[in-house]
Amino acid sequence: MKVKVIITLKNGVLDPQGKAIQQTLNGMGYNNVNEIRQGKYFDIEIDEKNETKAKDKVEEMCKKLLANLVIEDYKII
Amino acid sequence: MKSSVIIFPGSNCDRDMDVALKKFGFKNQMVWHNDKSIPKSDLIVLPGGFSYGDYLRCGSIAAKSNIIKSVVDFANSGGLVLGICNGFQILTETGLLPGILQQNKYLNFICKNVFVKINDKENKYFKNSKKDILELHIAHNEGNYFCSDVELKSLEDNNQIAVKYCNKDGLESDEYNPNGALKNIAGIFNKDKNILGMMPHPERMIDSYLSGEDGSLFFKNLLGNLKQ
Repeated sequence: MKVKVIITLKNGVLDPQGKAIQQTLNGMGYNNVNEIRQGKYFDIEIDEKNETKAKDKVEEMCKKLLANLVIEDYKII
Repeated sequence: MKSSVIIFPGSNCDRDMDVALKKFGFKNQMVWHNDKSIPKSDLIVLPGGFSYGDYLRCGSIAAKSNIIKSVVDFANSGGLVLGICNGFQILTETGLLPGILQQNKYLNFICKNVFVKINDKENKYFKNSKKDILELHIAHNEGNYFCSDVELKSLEDNNQIAVKYCNKDGLESDEYNPNGALKNIAGIFNKDKNILGMMPHPERMIDSYLSGEDGSLFFKNLLGNLKQ
């Protein structure tokens, strides 16, 4: 089955890339964009039929490799 | 004294480190990342570069490579492990050092000489150092050190901050912080101070004609302390 993961920066962690993208959009005339936080998205194809088991495995992967919990949060969807 | 420099795909300061270590009297050997063990060493160095193309996060893939288990075992048994630049990033990703190196505050790759102040001399790396302020070279895109408040307090309480960015007179301020690092941190130790990770490259400052010689001081000092 397919499991999707979104990694985002924790609140309070500076995101200079997000800030630069936001300022660029403002410069292009999108003045109502107040903040952008950039993240990562993973599409994981896992050989496991049981959804709970698959998500548990992916959670383990998030903790061990995909996210760095010092600055990032992960969401499995 | 024997040293080992680990080479990852994408390492690019491994040869410079080899030259530097040999110049000051280490018997250095190069170790490939896919090897499972490291020859007997008094010092292991994780060199600078872009291991695994900096994929995912700098150092994150190298931190799971075959050789790393041997590095972690060596470090946990008290062996000296030095991580420079990407090596520092790898050490944080393995969990041997706390925190993380984030992208530089102003999103630019920085390549220049900086001054760093030695913050602690009670360790094998800086004990007996004749200088308190070193001029070293930095070249990185992700050198912006960050850790939680709890980790920062622990680093400060245990004197684990090794070197801090400053000016030539030792003044630490935002003006002399090249990358936005928390508290001007350029390098840190683990609690036992056998592991040192730092962004500046001492191996690039070992020739009076090409650069400066503050890197020479670093290596001579380290070798002297190891022989004691």
